Amino acid sequence: MTELRLDRAPGDASTRVQFEAAPPGLVIYTIGLFFAVLLTATSFWVANTSLLWAPGISIGLVVLAIAQMGVHLVFFLHITTGPDNTNNVLALAFGILIVLLVLAGSLWIMKDLDTNMMLSPELMQHMQH
Amino acid sequence: MSVAVADHAIDEVPLVAASEAGPAPKRIVVAYGFWIFLLSDIVMFSALFAAYAVLKRATAGGPTGAELFNQVSVALETAFLLASSYTCGLMSLAIRSKRHVATYLGGAVTFVLGAAFLGLEIREFANMIAQGATPQRSAFLSAFFALVGCHGLHITGGLIWLIVMMAQVAVMGFRTRVQLRLMCFSLFWHTLDIIWVGIFSVVYLMAIAP
Repeated sequence: MTELRLDRAPGDASTRVQFEAAPPGLVIYTIGLFFAVLLTATSFWVANTSLLWAPGISIGLVVLAIAQMGVHLVFFLHITTGPDNTNNVLALAFGILIVLLVLAGSLWIMKDLDTNMMLSPELMQHMQH
Repeated sequence: MSVAVADHAIDEVPLVAASEAGPAPKRIVVAYGFWIFLLSDIVMFSALFAAYAVLKRATAGGPTGAELFNQVSVALETAFLLASSYTCGLMSLAIRSKRHVATYLGGAVTFVLGAAFLGLEIREFANMIAQGATPQRSAFLSAFFALVGCHGLHITGGLIWLIVMMAQVAVMGFRTRVQLRLMCFSLFWHTLDIIWVGIFSVVYLMAIAP
């Protein structure tokens, strides 16, 4: 008799779920595909429509992209909040932390530099001579 | 009857805490290690994304993204890669139940869709370079080719890996070693699709959007 463990490999469906009336793998992948197609189609629509407020479109695209990444993680990579997935989720959380630091830090610092290092026209003239 | 046994078994076996369960099985160790590698790969891509976002407007008088990108081609690439990720998932189901024909079929469809994606991307790059939009033209184009090209290289590597894995299934069958490698491959392929979601949203659609 094999003992039940509290760990699960990333990408593996839950071992405990198999005992419950969980949908088979095919159904899970198909649900994921359905949501992914829906979100992708929405993204392309958002980028092309003139119905939406233009300055908000990039934020909308980022939100849709993050939602679709979540769908891929849950339905294709089977990363869940279950207790057997703690290690995988913690590693993912650390990865997301680094990604956010790199992205937000770079954009923030470069925007700051862009604003603060812009020389006034007189100073520009002075520098050129 | 078998259900009753299974129900009985789950009542009898106590759940062991991870700290008391002894060494983890090889499947968990291998997949977890590969998961850490994939996360480090995502961190590397995030640096390329940050570089692209910073340099997006630095076109140096050259062509902008809105002038260069072809939305139909991007939509097709997205569809091919998403479908390929789905068939890769179906392939891992076939591997789990050790069905040879379904595994080869899933692998072949995944390969063809991935190759179609790569073909479209190479055609797009060739068109851009023919128009003079080379990586040396502007900082924007350098960042674009670094980010999208790096993803394309990963896809190329994945396609070669898939051929090798199909050969290993043919020669060695579904040994544990082969199964572990196939599991790592499907993690890799799904992760590349996640990165492509970021690329088509941030690089292509944001450039096309009004």
